[in-house]
Amino acid sequence: MTDATRASNAIYAHDIPAERPWSRRLARGETLRIIDSEGQQAVDALLYGAADPAERYSAQDTLRAQGSAYVGLGTRLISNKGRVMARVTADTCGLHDTSAGCCSCESNAVRFGEETRYQHACRENFILELSKHGLSKRDIVANLNFFMNVPIEPSGNFTVVDGISAPGNYVDITAEIDVIFVISNCPQINNPCNGFNPTPIRVEIYEPAAV
Amino acid sequence: MVSAARRELIEANRKRYEALRAAGQSATPKSLPAPTRRDGAPIAPDAVIRRETVPPGWYTTVTLRRGEALRIIDDSGRSSVSLIGWRRDDTSERINCADTVKVQWTAAIAKGRVILTDMGRVLVSVIEDTSGAHDLLAGGSTPASTLAAYGAVTRNTHDNFLAAAAKLGLDSRDIPPCVMFFAPVSVGADGRFVWTAARKQAGDFVDLRAEMDAMLALSNCAHPLDPARPAASGDVTLIRYRAPPPAADDPCRTASPEAARAFAFTDRLQA
Repeated sequence: MTDATRASNAIYAHDIPAERPWSRRLARGETLRIIDSEGQQAVDALLYGAADPAERYSAQDTLRAQGSAYVGLGTRLISNKGRVMARVTADTCGLHDTSAGCCSCESNAVRFGEETRYQHACRENFILELSKHGLSKRDIVANLNFFMNVPIEPSGNFTVVDGISAPGNYVDITAEIDVIFVISNCPQINNPCNGFNPTPIRVEIYEPAAV
Repeated sequence: MVSAARRELIEANRKRYEALRAAGQSATPKSLPAPTRRDGAPIAPDAVIRRETVPPGWYTTVTLRRGEALRIIDDSGRSSVSLIGWRRDDTSERINCADTVKVQWTAAIAKGRVILTDMGRVLVSVIEDTSGAHDLLAGGSTPASTLAAYGAVTRNTHDNFLAAAAKLGLDSRDIPPCVMFFAPVSVGADGRFVWTAARKQAGDFVDLRAEMDAMLALSNCAHPLDPARPAASGDVTLIRYRAPPPAADDPCRTASPEAARAFAFTDRLQA
């Protein structure tokens, strides 16, 4: 355990290097804190039911249930079966996306040109990390993008712009059922989601009532 | 510390992004075709393959070969139609709403736009569209949404898609977020979803041309944000037809550099 972990009451702490994936089971009631250690770093995330991974996070159900287009404090993360999987219980950034999906080699090639096809991408991370849980590309759904700033204008204009998260900003997600929480620390260098410069993030897990 | 070389790359990538954004949100929208007139774009009778009526609350599946198209008509002006779709030859490839809006720099999908798969290819092109009022963000109805809206669980898109997928040999893992046609949802300045009923008209239609062999599932259930009570309902007419081959200046294929690349990657499937 690191000093930082002993200094807090986290039961788990880990620094996720730039561009790398991570996953861990969160028991009901536990809180995952995702810390944007250096600021302006997009964190792509997916949730699956630990008991039945066919139950997974649903971006459209989450947005429809809250009636608005962005994720923030109080957002209930809804599954494809209509259940609340987790809840955003703290948020020092204030702006998170769940409509822009994750980057992939294939979409990068369409967006930015064929020369960007052979760059590491979130979907590569998700495929590798999900394989540890018996899941595949087929199981990748529209994900959360913590700390990612994607304003949607009334005209429909949809743009990834510079993130507003400062170093140390964090978001807390408290599990309401047992979940597998999967992260890709976004490697994108072609748009402002990471300030064009991917950096490490930190995750900490707290037991109920320890936050 | 960021090295000088790294800083140079960051600046170059930022410059490219801003140039793409300017083109994507300024030049491209100006070059898109005007909406189709409701009395326009007649289908030649000998091009029609099949015509079908989907009653309120129901669903169907449609297989399109590359080059065929599907006209979806909101006969009453009260329906919304949810759509998901897969590449017929490999159903792990399927529509991706996030990529569709991100790549085209807009959530306002309309005539001249495309619906992308998760593999950077075009599943279907929007070759005709009288409406331009479609939703890719908030999705279809569910047991919970109908219970909240109408006080009882009614037929809904979530259950319809499960049944439709099952009939194609697929299951819940294969169901992606959906596109919902004739669903005038926009995002207000405060982030809340806004429903603009005046943007729905009887006889609105949209034509989707398959750019690869595709399987589609369609559900005719009210959009969960549609405030009509009781639930808005009406028949939806589907016409599968042989579309004219795209011309060299086909609006969907030439709308933007992004669309041109997505078509180039799609055409490689035929090579």
